[in-house]
Amino acid sequence: MKRIYVNEKWCLGCHLCEYYCAFANSGKDSMVKALKNVTINPRIRIEEHGGISFAVSCRHCEEPICTKSCITGALTVNDGVIQIDKDKCVGCYTCILTCPYGAIVPSDTGAIQKCELCINNSSGKPACVAGCPNKAIVFEEKE
Amino acid sequence: MSKYVIIGNSAAAIGCVEGIRQIDKKGDITLIASEPHHTYSRPLISYLLYGKTDEQRMKYRPNDFYKKNKVTKKLGETVVSIDKKNKTVTLKSGEVIGYEKLMVATGSNPFIPPMEGLDSVKNKFTFMTLDDAKALEKAISKNTRVLIVGAGLIGLKCVEGILDRVASVDVVDLANRVLPSILDETGSELVKKFLEKKGVRFYLNDSVEKFDKNKAILKSGKSVGYDVVVIAVGVRPNISLIKDIGGKCQRAIITNNKCETSIKDIYAAGDCTESIDCASGEYKVMALLPNAYMQGETAGINMAGGTKLYDNAILMNAIGFFGYHMITAGDYVGETYESLDGENYKKLFYKDNRLMGFIMIGDVMRAGIYTSLIKNKTDLNTIDFELIKEKPQLMAFSKKKRSEFLAK
Repeated sequence: MKRIYVNEKWCLGCHLCEYYCAFANSGKDSMVKALKNVTINPRIRIEEHGGISFAVSCRHCEEPICTKSCITGALTVNDGVIQIDKDKCVGCYTCILTCPYGAIVPSDTGAIQKCELCINNSSGKPACVAGCPNKAIVFEEKE
Repeated sequence: MSKYVIIGNSAAAIGCVEGIRQIDKKGDITLIASEPHHTYSRPLISYLLYGKTDEQRMKYRPNDFYKKNKVTKKLGETVVSIDKKNKTVTLKSGEVIGYEKLMVATGSNPFIPPMEGLDSVKNKFTFMTLDDAKALEKAISKNTRVLIVGAGLIGLKCVEGILDRVASVDVVDLANRVLPSILDETGSELVKKFLEKKGVRFYLNDSVEKFDKNKAILKSGKSVGYDVVVIAVGVRPNISLIKDIGGKCQRAIITNNKCETSIKDIYAAGDCTESIDCASGEYKVMALLPNAYMQGETAGINMAGGTKLYDNAILMNAIGFFGYHMITAGDYVGETYESLDGENYKKLFYKDNRLMGFIMIGDVMRAGIYTSLIKNKTDLNTIDFELIKEKPQLMAFSKKKRSEFLAK
């Protein structure tokens, strides 16, 4: 299955992936409406320290502990993509307790949110990958 | 005769069905449970009363779950005994069903200690099942004064569920602090203060000496009036089916890392079991939903002839009240690191170069990175512990590890 991979060697720490992610998932049709004067809450996050930076988003694990731990059944795996049913999620944060990558974050509505590879938004394909200026984030099949 | 018989219909039982079906797509599965309902998530009953979910959305699996997984369900029926020699279970109705592999996922029941005058209380409830929640909901209104006995996880989730729907909530507990099973003293105090600001009254280090119709006399001499009483002092694992046939039990049914009981071809999972906690290395009842599901799944895979071990269970919890969240895990032993900033609190416990446990309250972002350090028994010499103390982050791992996490 195609997954998102990041190579910290190429990451500039520009945070553009976070903005593209927030825009793709905003439901808005312009970047200005989606991002201007807004504190973004993206599903991909840059970590940076001492000159090193890299992006972290859901790894879509083959044995996902988040879905197994989900108390509502709101997190499911569909064709390898881990998806969240926000209507079912009550925001108990058990997935935040279990995700070893820290890739699941609270949304602005109380439910959680996570990377769904942009399959359910206007982008249709990972917006972070398309927007990365230095190919530090790629979307490809490995093995 | 059914190839697989599952007793129970909650997380462990569903995990078992899904485990079996990973290996065996066809073998007959018969699932028997006392509750008449489609599988639902018990921890959601407080959210149901709070208005954050409803009976449809709190279903743990979709409506077509049993059909899709070819499960013959017998809901509203109770297994009264197991015959391990002839490999059958007997239902209350008298029906006898044979099995090749049996799963016991009988959960636990609320424990009601003997309390003087409890019989005189007209409206008393426990808070464990959907039916409990619906009965409680019927009994409350804007004018109801509720007394909850127990300031643990169940008692306080009940508080959240009903506080805005009743006149008042008083909570009594023998312990001198709230949530003693998951928090330390500082944490308990933060949560207590937060809930007091919402209007909850606590009587800690106290207990009900006597119920007298609509008034409880406490040991301290105080008197608390009520219209409704909720008993949430604890639970007892349902172990009798296994105990009666000589299966090894302590507080709960003892299971190994394949989720087998001591009796051949009988497995157990969930709140009725006791197994090794990988943080402390001791047998513990780890009555939490993720554990129940993963034990059930492990058992299912093994029952169907696959091989799966579940050997990294730990005690862990994510809970919140009115948007104030807390995440805790592991064993609270060893040296500690603490930080407190307003309502945000964090405490890490570490020993022998391992993270043993943690408490996070308020800011719980990325807590799972800490959880995985405990579960993987990560040698803290291999990570940057100063960075990990500051916040959970992958930056604290070596370049090689980071590449394994994110680039492979």
